[in-house]
Amino acid sequence: MTVAAATLSFGDVVARAHQAGRLVVQPRMGMSNPQTMRKGLLATRSAAATTVGTITLDSYTRIGASAEAAEAVALGMELNGYPLVAHDLATTTGVLAGVMSPDFPVQIRHGSPCPEPIVAALMAAGLHATEGGPVSYCLPYSRMPLVTATANWARSCDLLACLSGTGVEPHLESFGGCMLGQLCPPGLLVALSVLECLFFRQHGVHSVSLSYAQQTNAEQDREAVLALHRLAAELMPDADSHIVLYAYMGVYPRTPAGADGLLAEAARLAVRTGAARLIVKTAAEAHRIPSIAENVSALEAAATAAAEERLAEAPGKPGDTGIYAEAHALVEAVLNLDADIGQALVKAFRRGYLDVPYCLHPDNAGRSRSYLDSSGWLHWSRIGSMPIAETLRPPGSTELTAAGLLAALSFVERKFDEAGRLELPTSRALSAPGPNPGELRR
Amino acid sequence: MAAEPAGVLQPRPTALLPRPGSGGLSIVVTTVVSDSHTWNLVFLQLALEELGHQVRNLGPCVPADEVVTECLRSRPDLLVVSTVNGHGMRDGTLLIGQLRQRAELAELPVVIGGKLGITGPAGLDNSAQLRLAGYDAVYEDGADTAALRSLPALVRAGRRL
Repeated sequence: MTVAAATLSFGDVVARAHQAGRLVVQPRMGMSNPQTMRKGLLATRSAAATTVGTITLDSYTRIGASAEAAEAVALGMELNGYPLVAHDLATTTGVLAGVMSPDFPVQIRHGSPCPEPIVAALMAAGLHATEGGPVSYCLPYSRMPLVTATANWARSCDLLACLSGTGVEPHLESFGGCMLGQLCPPGLLVALSVLECLFFRQHGVHSVSLSYAQQTNAEQDREAVLALHRLAAELMPDADSHIVLYAYMGVYPRTPAGADGLLAEAARLAVRTGAARLIVKTAAEAHRIPSIAENVSALEAAATAAAEERLAEAPGKPGDTGIYAEAHALVEAVLNLDADIGQALVKAFRRGYLDVPYCLHPDNAGRSRSYLDSSGWLHWSRIGSMPIAETLRPPGSTELTAAGLLAALSFVERKFDEAGRLELPTSRALSAPGPNPGELRR
Repeated sequence: MAAEPAGVLQPRPTALLPRPGSGGLSIVVTTVVSDSHTWNLVFLQLALEELGHQVRNLGPCVPADEVVTECLRSRPDLLVVSTVNGHGMRDGTLLIGQLRQRAELAELPVVIGGKLGITGPAGLDNSAQLRLAGYDAVYEDGADTAALRSLPALVRAGRRL
């Protein structure tokens, strides 16, 4: 593992930048062609920003269908990510050689509910950072029973934890703060992020990051990220941990000014809330997989916005609408179900103590619903069996229609495009939104 | 509706409770095996239900054999495949191939739509290939809800009549 020996752990690199007052920015980037993947990593490293590298895997590898990935590679078909398991080890070490350096770690991003082969492959290639979680990579993106995904993730954590003591601390990021990308009220996002990190730590991975995806109202997001800090500090006071913010994951503005404005708001939110790392989004991603140059522009734009925000006056404390109390109630209820956090998560979903709105997975109770109010605040309209009735502001009675769903999914797009409406629309505007809102997720 | 047996192929109609049908079509909504997107499926279910159809939503990442089994079991009037992850050409072709191999499903009206390749709308090429593979209609990204309103006519005009 010569590559790993020369590399600081992912958590340390992010912590150092944070202490130095620099926001780490990171792309979502994955190409099936090894040469292109390498170019993407080199471009990320040399961007005018504090960056870490990303290799996003393709959909076949994510679902454990490496044979299909290998077949596609053999046929010369382009995949929507890097097929880490299908490519042989020499190919991957070739991609990484001279790219990874002590201050430029590379994180493997995948979305798999069965990540053991991925974890084994990344460790073999000298890598040590990845992301996901037993809930966040099962419920939204697979049909696998939660109990199976939890066992898979437990074994994968155990495997990754073997790197401890080799000179580099393995790092796992929970994707729990990004459930379905949109329309999940913040209290549940915060709770899931914390619970998954507690799961990672129970399985020996001690360097973790807690995620939160930018939602539809900046003030609500600020309160949510501060609640995430507070809950993490209370429940894992000794942890090597940081917060990673995701730029908005839903339908993106179609004007360049609107897209820039939304990304800048994400960067400002990161700085205002003490998040150490930001996953950027490019405007192109709503329509296709972005180019390397588009990724670099997004990284640099986010870094610039973050640097400007550091010079601005710090905002006052946000109000308390109960996000912390809601997240705390959820986490407490789950942890009381079983000393084994994986088992507790499975039981919690079975009882509906955790219930992700609009998630179609058979193990999600599916009795919760949410809606956006006119200023973009996310609220519960139904809480199902979640133990949050006492912390809840009176729930609304908004019944979701298809048109209402589209309006909610495009709230941010419309808001930022209106703000940037003096810009000339690009060719992107010629493509109607159609019935498929959302990003290209691998 | 009659109670249905539990099992892997019976994803509970979870997030979206079924609404009473009003004489519309019975429609299975699904995606392809590698596609993890949900919002397109949630939207389609709501929109089709509002048009009076009964919808069974299989959710994301459905293996082709589960789609086949579900169609054999529930014998819908129409199968709607929605995919946006860029693997629709390959996975969608494999799916329709498996469906059409079953004699019982040879005449089932099946449509596919979404972002079918990874480079954005590619015009006639993808559409023609998918029709050739066995789809009755192909909707590239950018199709609007008029396409949904045209589905009953497509089913009436379909192979089965």
